[in-house]
Amino acid sequence: MTPSRAAFAAILAKDLRSELRTLQSLPAMALFSVTTLVIFRFGLDRTSLSGSLAAGVLWATLLFAAVLGINRLFVAEREEGGFDAIRLAPIDRSVLFGAKVAALVIYLAALELVAVPIFAVFFLDGAGGLGPLVAVLLLADLGLAATGTLISSMAVNSRARDLLVPLVLLPLVVPLMIAATGATEPLLALGGPSYHRFGTWLMVLGLYDLIFGLVGYAVFDFLLED
Amino acid sequence: MYGKGLKPLSIATVAMLAVALSLVFFYAPLDGDQGFIQKIFYVHVPLAIVALIGFILGGVFAIAHLRTNNRKWDAYSYVSIHISVIFGVAVLITGAIWAKASWGHWWVWDEPTLVSFLIVFLLYATYYPFRYAIEDRDRQARYASVFAVTAGAFVPLNFMAVRMAQSLVHPRTFATAEGGMPGEMMLAFLCMLVAIGLLWTTLVKFELTAKSASGQVKRLRRALDAPVGGGSSRIAPEVS
Amino acid sequence: MVELAALPLAAPALPLDEAGKYVAGAYVVFMVLLVVYVGIMAAKLGRIERELREVAAIAEDRKAEKREEVSA
Repeated sequence: MTPSRAAFAAILAKDLRSELRTLQSLPAMALFSVTTLVIFRFGLDRTSLSGSLAAGVLWATLLFAAVLGINRLFVAEREEGGFDAIRLAPIDRSVLFGAKVAALVIYLAALELVAVPIFAVFFLDGAGGLGPLVAVLLLADLGLAATGTLISSMAVNSRARDLLVPLVLLPLVVPLMIAATGATEPLLALGGPSYHRFGTWLMVLGLYDLIFGLVGYAVFDFLLED
Repeated sequence: MYGKGLKPLSIATVAMLAVALSLVFFYAPLDGDQGFIQKIFYVHVPLAIVALIGFILGGVFAIAHLRTNNRKWDAYSYVSIHISVIFGVAVLITGAIWAKASWGHWWVWDEPTLVSFLIVFLLYATYYPFRYAIEDRDRQARYASVFAVTAGAFVPLNFMAVRMAQSLVHPRTFATAEGGMPGEMMLAFLCMLVAIGLLWTTLVKFELTAKSASGQVKRLRRALDAPVGGGSSRIAPEVS
Repeated sequence: MVELAALPLAAPALPLDEAGKYVAGAYVVFMVLLVVYVGIMAAKLGRIERELREVAAIAEDRKAEKREEVSA
């Protein structure tokens, strides 16, 4: 393994371990998503959802849970002095970006593993659309993780970071949401899943991931020098 | 020396605006569909185009700042974004007036360009609270540049995504600069575009000059060991 | 020149006097924002002038002190 890849694996393992240690965050976020779904049930006064409404409820819930949870990863790091240790290590700082993104993707995937089936149980009539939904979820997670890591690593050193991350992150993920809901809506249609423009939306998601992955990779160095 | 060239620039701006506005109201023919209301476009669209270019320039200056660590690029980036946000307010209000005149509603989701612009505006509006939240000035400048670069990359992606989200059922109900425009309209439009571009440049230079003057006063105070006044802004970058 | 007489034939979306108000409104908004910005910058300029005045007074005081020192 090249030193970079070894460093990547080490940081990733450390992040996951620290996340498993601070177990509070993930179950809390999962619980938050389920409660949000209940609020949607009563807010919309619907017991069954399909098409664009289903896609909207699902993605709004996932998005808000993600935005709330994103701060947690960096807060823990900073409080444990993890940043200083990383800065002293003789590795390319952008590797840290990759590791953080990977950790955040795994975190989001774990969240969805709980939230999506419960969503299906609460609101969907059939589980046909859920298989291809996995592809949408994964690509969206990547994009969310890239921008989330970028923004929260800037906000971690600021005051009012709990407000700052959602404030800046939400407009940034609008194109992501457009593509994700665009792909999800036909999957959850009333008559059964359809794949209208599915490939196109997946490509848009991929493009988003690529652009913000590259931007994050390029600028992350500047965020850690002090 | 930021003030140098400001006078000829402002003169050129005023002249160009006068020429362009005359063309808009006395030379360009009336639109067949929209009638007199179409005249709003001559101010709305150039403002939008110039604002978007301004945002991207803010990102370019930010890249220069990150690479050279010269604070003046941070000032350029900040002011570019500042003026573009103000132009953005004008874009959204004139867009709403056009929507009300055309469709009777102050806002329509059918117009992908306007919706995209709203999202871009919302993002850049967070630039100020973002800067304000970071206390250390060095870090503030650096992070603001990262923000500007990220936001600059966001702009084209956002326009593409919103456009794709538009249902194909609602066709665009007007023709902007994209073809279908008679020559006289195009001329008036291009002149307005140049005029608004000059206006943007003049205002940016104007604000940079003001900042520079403030910076010189501070420098003078420090040289005289005089107490520094309490008027320094927390978020605006200092120029010296 | 714009053929005003041809206006009704061109079937505009709104009659001219109503449409005129909206167009005028849009351009007025543009002008107002511009003037507001100029106003804000004018306030900044006023502050700079005030500060320069202070600094000039300080510099003159220093100069006067130095002359006293030299002659004393």
